[in-house]
Amino acid sequence: MLFISLGGFGIGAIIGLLLCLRVKGLNSQKLLAAGKNIAFGIAFLSSAAAFVLGLRIILSRQELSVKLLQTPLWGSFSLRIDFLSAFFLLVVSLLGCAVSLYSIGYTKQFTHRGKTGIFLFLYSALLLSLVGVVTAGNAVLFLIMWEVMALANYFLIEYEHESVSTRKAGFLYITMTHIGTAILVIMFMILHSYAHSFEFTAMGAVMGTIPPLVRSIVFLCALIGFGVKAGLMPLHIWLPEAHPAAPSNVSAIMSGVVIKTGIYGIVRVSFDLLGANPLEWWGILVLGIAVVSAVLGVLYALMEHDLKRLLAYHSVENIGIILMGVGGALCFSSLGHPTLAALALTAGLFHVLNHALFKGLLFLGAGSVNQATHTRNIEELGGLIGHLPWTAMFFLVGAAAISALPPLNGFASEWLTFQALLFGFNVSDFALKLAIPLTIALLALTGALAAACFVKAFGITFLGGARSHHAENAIESPMTMIVAMGALAALCIVIGILPGSVLTLLDPVTNAFFAVHIGSAAQLNPGTLLIQQGGGTSSSPLFIALLLAGLLLVPIVIAVAVGGRIRKRIAMTWACGLERIEPQMQYTATGFSKPIRMIFSNIVRARHEIEIENEISPYFRSTIRYELKTESIFHKYLYRPLNRAVLNSAHMLRNLQTGHLQTYLAYIFITLILLLIFAR
Amino acid sequence: MSDTLLIIASALVQLCIVLIGAPLIAGIIKKVKARMQNRKGAPVLQPYSDLNKLLKKEVILSSSSSWVFRATPYIVFTSILLIALLIPTLIVPVSLHWIGDIITVVYLLALGRFFTALAGLDTASAFGGLGSSREMSIASIIEPAMMLAIVASAVTAGSTDLSVIVSSLVSSPVSLIHPAHMLAFIGLFIVTIAETGRIPVDNPETHLELTMIHEAMILEYSGRYLAFIEWASQMKLFLFLALLSNMFFPVGIATSVTAAALIVGAVSLLAKVVVLAVVVAVIESTNAKLRLFRVPELLMVAFILSLLALILYFIIGG
Repeated sequence: MLFISLGGFGIGAIIGLLLCLRVKGLNSQKLLAAGKNIAFGIAFLSSAAAFVLGLRIILSRQELSVKLLQTPLWGSFSLRIDFLSAFFLLVVSLLGCAVSLYSIGYTKQFTHRGKTGIFLFLYSALLLSLVGVVTAGNAVLFLIMWEVMALANYFLIEYEHESVSTRKAGFLYITMTHIGTAILVIMFMILHSYAHSFEFTAMGAVMGTIPPLVRSIVFLCALIGFGVKAGLMPLHIWLPEAHPAAPSNVSAIMSGVVIKTGIYGIVRVSFDLLGANPLEWWGILVLGIAVVSAVLGVLYALMEHDLKRLLAYHSVENIGIILMGVGGALCFSSLGHPTLAALALTAGLFHVLNHALFKGLLFLGAGSVNQATHTRNIEELGGLIGHLPWTAMFFLVGAAAISALPPLNGFASEWLTFQALLFGFNVSDFALKLAIPLTIALLALTGALAAACFVKAFGITFLGGARSHHAENAIESPMTMIVAMGALAALCIVIGILPGSVLTLLDPVTNAFFAVHIGSAAQLNPGTLLIQQGGGTSSSPLFIALLLAGLLLVPIVIAVAVGGRIRKRIAMTWACGLERIEPQMQYTATGFSKPIRMIFSNIVRARHEIEIENEISPYFRSTIRYELKTESIFHKYLYRPLNRAVLNSAHMLRNLQTGHLQTYLAYIFITLILLLIFAR
Repeated sequence: MSDTLLIIASALVQLCIVLIGAPLIAGIIKKVKARMQNRKGAPVLQPYSDLNKLLKKEVILSSSSSWVFRATPYIVFTSILLIALLIPTLIVPVSLHWIGDIITVVYLLALGRFFTALAGLDTASAFGGLGSSREMSIASIIEPAMMLAIVASAVTAGSTDLSVIVSSLVSSPVSLIHPAHMLAFIGLFIVTIAETGRIPVDNPETHLELTMIHEAMILEYSGRYLAFIEWASQMKLFLFLALLSNMFFPVGIATSVTAAALIVGAVSLLAKVVVLAVVVAVIESTNAKLRLFRVPELLMVAFILSLLALILYFIIGG
């Protein structure tokens, strides 16, 4: 199964490359269409194979290890799929299936043959490397896959390289990701110096012998190195630039699964490679970063009116929510509460899957909107629900799921996160008791702000009246795109209603780390989440859904019994006495988020400039220009000083380069002497 | 079999109490306010006639609205009905308490609010967007305060299950006079005022664009749709007052399903809710509505009180 999947992605990549070749005597457009369909079809099947493989490993409770080749220097390159890998394989492959299907319709707009061929090659390579990253059992193989993923991603971001902003976004991405990779290389070198092997199993085995200081350094390296990829604040700056720049199907993969490889790395290092006894401050640090990422992520998202940038900032927010679970697990584990740790990690990993599903869905929806209207600016949209009924419905499901509304999947994992954190009160530790109420309050704030943001994103885009010609003339996407979005929406609902089924899949993962079954903390019942700790608490999304459907009868019966058949009249919205209402009179996205901008003005730092020109008198204005900018505090206080420091030190180093041969010879001589002294 | 019947019967009784009691409380608040303003006021039963009339009237739909606008009243009404099954009103534990705890209740409220706000944007009128924007902004600062107030009450019971919380208070009434518990009460009371859209946060009786929040979102609703939305907000107020009274003064609530206990439960519930409703009416009559951007300060008070309550628990101990 593994080789079917890996081979499939390989074949997909080769088809892409073949398409780039010029073949004489063939109808190139037909060939292109056929090649595209075959390549995406193969990517779909390979993802499905990976899904089956992951599911089989978890259900049969048998890890899989495959040796690829033996290298003289770096040990054996092997793929080792333990339960954590298998779970991430499920996440990758689920989204891989949906996006491959969606891409068949979406890439109809790609008509340039060479470029499309390269796109297919990179797309397959990206999926292949994603599978490689989560299954690699050797640090060097892992880094190679990690780098392939980063490069494939970079070139996919640059697909629309004609625009300057895309090129800038790509550059920022490649810089940030390489800083992260450099730190990861350092981390694996440290681990290697103790384990004398690049195999993950060997690294995990010697962790008891490593001094705490070194373990902390390794942990910090992992947090930074993987944190760049995951988009943790303040390392997130590339994310809201790069994710929107890529074609929407790639954005869905990036936001849905690529950033999750960062989470995979953090979990792999802190729970597997560093053993079962983390230090407490790691957990508190992760909780702190998580809270900052979640709250600031959603606040910046609210300030955006570019649909895809808005979604990208929400990825930062959701990574924060995921890390609340991971951080909680680190804290509980360090204080000797394995059951609570298992519960917290389960909550975090559950949110990994959920976020992949609804964020993938939302980005695909944004792609459909973009394809239909050729704009991502929601201030120019509106009323799309009439033109894109299916896209609108599925986007609404995604929006409700990301806002954690019951009975959808986002609710189940946020509920678990709340519960896991709440039990921190029973742990007698002062730092944790202070950290937890704040984390809970800020998680609640995040959830409410996310709901506000998605009321804006869905309401302004799909409801009301069209604000431009683009929106008026939109037409619904092709069938494959709708089916792909529908499948993801259905999964959001099914997993939301039956969250226990995912907990069953996560049980072996946490059991491997904490040696407890999640069943001892939360009963595994498909439709009900039941926590047995303390006084016992439960929430049953299945019955919430059933009762919501059943109780719907009450208003219907009342309406029919009292009012009889409904009498309707269609009329114009009240226009305050004017003749008719213009779409420009509607609330704008900027106006919508104004109260939040005011309430949180210390954080979002909005600056607005108004220029008014008048010719005759101030009462007759000829032009008004209004500009609103929000400035990121990280740009101002972290990156700009950092940039300046780097440039300044480069300037100083320039003095070394005198251009005189004698000086360079002197440098060589001094180096030689120093080497002779220190490296005897 | 008889167990299942009992569960269904008690759930139905609870639904009926909330459905029928809610307009009465709204009527009482209106009457008290009128008396305080030296007016005679409408009869206490007026809200029932209003609902009846609205249900019979024709519905006017905006030409730019979609199915979201038509589905919203049903979603809002149904989600409040579900909450009515989860909050202990007459009897504790509620028969269906395992379906959802207080966090579920908070998110069910969010479900109704989410769709109401979308409906506000659906009519393409400026007022709807204004209301949605304000409602979602205020809700986002209500929610942390509400969650902390809840956590402060949940922490002693070791559970977020409302029935478990109320049961544990019934069995150990000493914790009722814990200072932390009282602080949490004030916190949750402020949250109730804000969440149900009463003065000084929102004014349910105004249609002036400067001050509208909730009313602006539902401005385009008419007929039965309006009836359901109005009824749902009356039920929301009723449920919040019932929650406050049972979480902080669980006197008289039935702990077993006997006729006598249920009657005592019903009478005491009504008495407590009416007292709280009068308090709300007095606050409404003696306070002016706050400016929109002063509301966060009020909610910050609720937040800090709840945080203090939690810290007190750690210092004094449960």
